[in-house]
Amino acid sequence: MTNSVLAYATYLPFWRVDPASRGKAGRIVASFDEDAITMSVAAARSTGCPDSAESLVLVTSSPSYLDKTNATTVHAALGLDRRVPASDAIGTARSTLAAVRAAVAGRGSLIVAADVRTGRPGSADERTGCDAAAAVLIGTPTPQRPAIADVLATVSLTEEFLDRWRLPTEVSASSWEERFGYEQYAPLIREAATAALDDAGVAQADHVVLTSPNSAVAKRASTLVKGVHSTGGSPVGFAGAADPLLGLAAVLDLAGPDETILLISAADGVDALVLRTTGALGSRRQPDPVAAAAAADGRVVAYPTYLSWRGLLDMEPPRRPEPDRPAGPPSARAASWKFGLNGSRCTACGFVHLPPMRVCRACGAVDQSEPVSVRDSGGRIATFTVDRLAYSPSPPVVDVVVDFDGGGRATFEVADAVPDTLGVGGEVTMVFRRLFTAGGVHNYFWKARQVPAVARASGEEN
Amino acid sequence: MGSKGIADKVAIVAMGCTRFGELWDQSQEDMIITAVDEALGQARLARDDIDAFWLGTLASAQSGLVLSRALGTDYKPVTRVENYCATGSESFRNACYAVACGAYDRVMAVGVEKLKDSGFSGLLRGDPPGDGTAPELSVTAPAAFSLLDPAYCAKYGVDAGQMREAMTHVAWKNHVNGARNPKAQFRSEVSKQKIDSAPKVAGRLGVFDCSGVSDGAACALIVRAEDAYEYTDRPIFVKALALAAGPARGSVDPGYDFTTFPEVVRSAQDAYAQAGITDPQQEISLAEVHDCFTPTELVLMEDLGFCDRGQAWKESLSGAFDADGRLPVNVDGGLKSFGHPVGASGLRMLYEAWLQLRGEAGPRQLDEPRIALTHNLGGRPGACVSFVALVGSELSGGR
Repeated sequence: MTNSVLAYATYLPFWRVDPASRGKAGRIVASFDEDAITMSVAAARSTGCPDSAESLVLVTSSPSYLDKTNATTVHAALGLDRRVPASDAIGTARSTLAAVRAAVAGRGSLIVAADVRTGRPGSADERTGCDAAAAVLIGTPTPQRPAIADVLATVSLTEEFLDRWRLPTEVSASSWEERFGYEQYAPLIREAATAALDDAGVAQADHVVLTSPNSAVAKRASTLVKGVHSTGGSPVGFAGAADPLLGLAAVLDLAGPDETILLISAADGVDALVLRTTGALGSRRQPDPVAAAAAADGRVVAYPTYLSWRGLLDMEPPRRPEPDRPAGPPSARAASWKFGLNGSRCTACGFVHLPPMRVCRACGAVDQSEPVSVRDSGGRIATFTVDRLAYSPSPPVVDVVVDFDGGGRATFEVADAVPDTLGVGGEVTMVFRRLFTAGGVHNYFWKARQVPAVARASGEEN
Repeated sequence: MGSKGIADKVAIVAMGCTRFGELWDQSQEDMIITAVDEALGQARLARDDIDAFWLGTLASAQSGLVLSRALGTDYKPVTRVENYCATGSESFRNACYAVACGAYDRVMAVGVEKLKDSGFSGLLRGDPPGDGTAPELSVTAPAAFSLLDPAYCAKYGVDAGQMREAMTHVAWKNHVNGARNPKAQFRSEVSKQKIDSAPKVAGRLGVFDCSGVSDGAACALIVRAEDAYEYTDRPIFVKALALAAGPARGSVDPGYDFTTFPEVVRSAQDAYAQAGITDPQQEISLAEVHDCFTPTELVLMEDLGFCDRGQAWKESLSGAFDADGRLPVNVDGGLKSFGHPVGASGLRMLYEAWLQLRGEAGPRQLDEPRIALTHNLGGRPGACVSFVALVGSELSGGR
C-alpha cells in the first residue's frame, strides 16, 4: 500500500522585474521580505489543509539558514502539532522528488519546495528563472480527504557530471555548455521514462512534464518524451527545487479524472514518477491555478530596487539605526504569537488580545484566556500611514492598524503594499514574511496584505 | 480621583534653561551646569545648598552620577527618572513631592537630553532584547502620530485639505512664536506655503509637521510654598501635578479610534480637580503642550478641554490658540521651535510658564497671565503616558 497525493498548491510572488529593459517585466521575483521559508508557508496554507500533514519537509537550494532547520519556522507558522516532524532537504530539484518518493513509500508528508533563484545581473538565470514555491500533501486517503492522484511508479537514475553548480556561499549558479548536459541527460531521460511507464503498465502518459535546470533539456522536452494530451516543462521559468512540483501542479490544474501523468526531473540524473488522477481531483484543485498566477500582471519593481533586494546593489539607507536582532529567549516565549499569530481570548468577557496578554484589558480577569489564531482571519484597516523615516530593506514602510473579523486589533507592516489604494476600512489578509535580518538572524513575523492587491500593474515602484 | 492634590504646597523659586539646538560644542554635563547655574544665580544659592536632585533623561545618561559628577555635588541624593517624553516633567513631579512631604527643604529638578551625538534622525530607541514583533520597531514616532490625521478626518468628516490647513496653521503659529524666543532652536518664521510643500516624513506629515531634534537642559528649584518669598518676590506655585500611564488598550482595542488620547483626558481631569479648575477655557491663561507633531496639538486641544470635540481644526484655523488668541498655546514656540530633547522638554515648558507668570517673557509677554498649564505626552496613540501640571502666580489661600 502506497500513499497518494491528497492536495497541492503553489505560490508565485506578486512582483515582476524587467532585467534586460526589454519593455516587458516578465520575471517573477520574490519581494525583499520573502524567502524559501515564507513562500513555503504561503504555498502550504494554499493547500487548505496543512494540518493534515503527517510530517513536513522543506526542500530548497536557497535556505535561509544552515545549522538551523528552516522547516521548523514553517512548522510554527502553520501551527502544526509538535509531534509532526519537520526537516529540511537542502539541495536541488532532485531533493524534491526524493522527498516525494519517500513520502509515497513511507510516512506521509507535506512537501514544500521553494526557491529564490538569483542569477548574476545580466545572466540567463536572472532573465528566465522564477522565484516560487509549491506544496504537495502525500498521505493515506480518507473519505474526508480522498486521493486526487495515485502514484503508480517511481524511477531514479543517478549520474555524476558537471552541468550546473554553485558554491554554498554564492547566490548565483554556474553551468557548463548546455549541449554537454543535454547529451548526458537525453539517454537517461528516455531510459527513466520507459522504465517508469513499463512499471506503471502505461503505454503512453496522457500528460508529460519534464523539467531541468539545463536549458537545452527544457527546450527540447517535447522531442524527448511525448504525452497524449499535453507535454510541458517549467510552467513559469526554472524555479529550482520548486520546479517539478510547479510543473505537476500546472497539470493537476487542468487534467481530467483517470488520466496519467509522467513527471520527469532531470538534475544530476533523472527522477521519474507516474501518477494517475482520480475523480476527486476536479473538486480539489488549488484555488489559484499556476497559469492564472503567472499571467497576472503583479506589480513591477524597478531593476535597481530589485538588485538591492538581493544584496547586489547597496542603496543609501534612511538615516536611522538598523534594528536589533530578535533575541532567542523572548522569541521562544512569544513563539505562538510571533510565528503562529495566536492571541488570547478572555474567557470571562471575550475580548481578544494581540499579542496574548495575561490581564484582560477589558475586564481585568487574570490568566483566564484561551488561545485564538487570527492568521486565517480577515481584517479591516482602522488607520494607516506610509513611514518614510523607518528603517527597512526597501523603504518606505507602510503600516496599518488592523481590526480582525471576530475580534482583536494589532499594528502590522503591509506586504506588497500599494500605498495609493490604502484606505480606512480596506480589507487585508495576513501573510508570513521576513521583516528584516539583523545580526545574522532573520526576523520572521506576519504582515498585512491588501485585498485585492491591485487590479493591474500601474507604473514602477521605487 | 485618586490623587489628593498638591495645590499651593510647593513653589518654584528659580529656573534655568539652556538655549536649545544642535549644541555640537556642549556635552550633557555642560548643559546641566549651564541650566543649574542660571537657577542658582537667581536664588543666590550654592550647589551644596540644594538638598537633593531629580534628574530626568531618556537616554543621555544612566543613574544620577551624570549630575553629581558634572556638578561635583557633596554626596547629595540624585534620582534619575525616565518616563518617555514626559521624563522632564516626571523629574519635576517627583521633586515636588519630596519637598511637599517635608523630606527636604530645597530640591532641584533637572532635565537634560543630548540627541545630536547619535548621527541619526529622530529619537533612538533603547529597547530591551525582544521577539522582533513590536510595532515600535518599524513604526517611527512620526508614523505613529500620523495615524491621527486620516482617523480624525474620517470621524469628523473633515476634508483632507482642511485638515492639512489646520496642521499647517499649528506649525506656522509655533514657528511665529519661536521666532520671538532667543532660546529656541528655530528662530525664524516659516511660510504656510513652505510648510505645505515640505518633503513628507510619514503619512501626510512633512518635515515641518514634526518637532525638531535638538540638545538642551532645563531645571527648576523647588521649595515649600511658605518659604518661597525667602528666595524671590515672584515665585510661582504648583497647583496640580497629574500623571496617567495608560493600560495600552488603544493598541489592542478596535473601539479606539485614534482621535483622542484617553491618557491626556484622564490626566487633565485629575489636574483640574486638584487645582479646582472648572472651566479650563476661561481659567487657564496659557498652555504649553506636547506638539511633537502638528495633528497631536490639534487632538490635545480637545483632550485638554480647550475646545469641543471635532472643533480643534476649526478653532486652530480661527486663531483661538495663537499668541493673541483666546487661549495662547505654545507661546514660546513649542517643541516645533525648540526641538524635543526629551529629558529637558517638560522643564522647558515650565520655564516659559515661569517667565510669563513673572512678566519676564519679553516680546512674547501675555497680558497678566495667572494660571499656566504644561503638558507632556510619551509613547504613541493607543499606548502612552500623559503629564499635566498647573502652576499659578498666586497662592489661592483656601485650596
